[in-house]
Amino acid sequence: MLSTRDLVLCALFAALLGGLGMAPPIPLGFLPVPVTAQTLGVMLAGTILGAKRGGLAALLFVLLVAAGLPLLAGGRGGIGVLMGPTGGFVLSWPLGAFVTGWLAERFATGANPLRLFAVSVAGGILMVYACGIPWLSLVAGLSLEKAAFGTLAFVPGDLIKAGVAAFAASAVRRAGVLPIHA
Amino acid sequence: MLGLYLHRDSAIHRLPAGVKMGGLLLLTLVVLALPGGWGALAAGLAGAGVLVAAKLPAGRVLRELRSPVVMLTLLFGFQALLAGTGWEDTAIAVARFAALILLATLVTLTTRVMDMVELFERLFARLRPLGVNPAKMALMLALTIRFIPLLGDQVREVRMAQRARGVERNIAALFVPLLVKILTMADDLTAALEARGYDPADPGPEPGPHR
Repeated sequence: MLSTRDLVLCALFAALLGGLGMAPPIPLGFLPVPVTAQTLGVMLAGTILGAKRGGLAALLFVLLVAAGLPLLAGGRGGIGVLMGPTGGFVLSWPLGAFVTGWLAERFATGANPLRLFAVSVAGGILMVYACGIPWLSLVAGLSLEKAAFGTLAFVPGDLIKAGVAAFAASAVRRAGVLPIHA
Repeated sequence: MLGLYLHRDSAIHRLPAGVKMGGLLLLTLVVLALPGGWGALAAGLAGAGVLVAAKLPAGRVLRELRSPVVMLTLLFGFQALLAGTGWEDTAIAVARFAALILLATLVTLTTRVMDMVELFERLFARLRPLGVNPAKMALMLALTIRFIPLLGDQVREVRMAQRARGVERNIAALFVPLLVKILTMADDLTAALEARGYDPADPGPEPGPHR
């Protein structure tokens, strides 16, 4: 059962995803594309809130995007974006946050950044790509291999985000602000 | 909080959100089931019809469509250049989805965010047997809408502080203070809700006709 605090935490993390979409992207000198931090928020929802609450937070966010709030990076939103070529990458966020959280609850309960990095990669990158690539292939009429090839450009940025998510989650856990599996 | 909704006085705007979403779902299935380019043509015509009936400015609608269309065109060009064969199938696939994205965009532009959220809440009420608590989902959606501008401010505030300290390129320096802020905000907001008599064990009102 979700406590009042759980409801508030889910809503806050869903709103964090929206707030990150509104902020201008962060330039990282050595990468060609600026990093939008929303998928980082998905990983953090999983590692900080756990499977159920993290997945719920990302679900609330996706529902509000579908409802027509311009919350995705660049002020995009609406059902059209979700049905578009990159829609699968956003629709998979609830699953991505859930998987990150599920793995974190089993294999990364401490503040070890390497373990947190591994679960963030598994949930926030592998799971998201596993949904996004078939969707892209379907919508754009591409073969799976070509769709996968097209997304390779985003892998370095996503790995950096998983690193930052692991570092931040580890710092928060060490600080003991939140009992992780309360 | 402003959505992508574009107000006009039209019959399309007045249709209930459920009808529009149901129609979109039905048309999507029809388009995907129809062979070849007929589905794309039918959806494209339907989209053009809705666009006119809803009195929406075509330029604004096309602006919403620009990024998916550019991306689909690029992918299509890439495919046609490299694969050589089968480009007709690709063209049809792209046209189908471009038409569907047009229809979906039209639903978003003609439906208020709160009408859509209300539709979701009615759907959650149907999912009650699966263990979904519609009252809690509705509260969380409302809280999220309220918290988004708050969190937008928090992100801006922390980034400004980091810029002042010359560490704006360090994303880690953004996230740690942001998370600590969010987690302390959670305590205050929980106390505020409970002080106003919110009881999470209360099952909420029985499902009934809305409004």
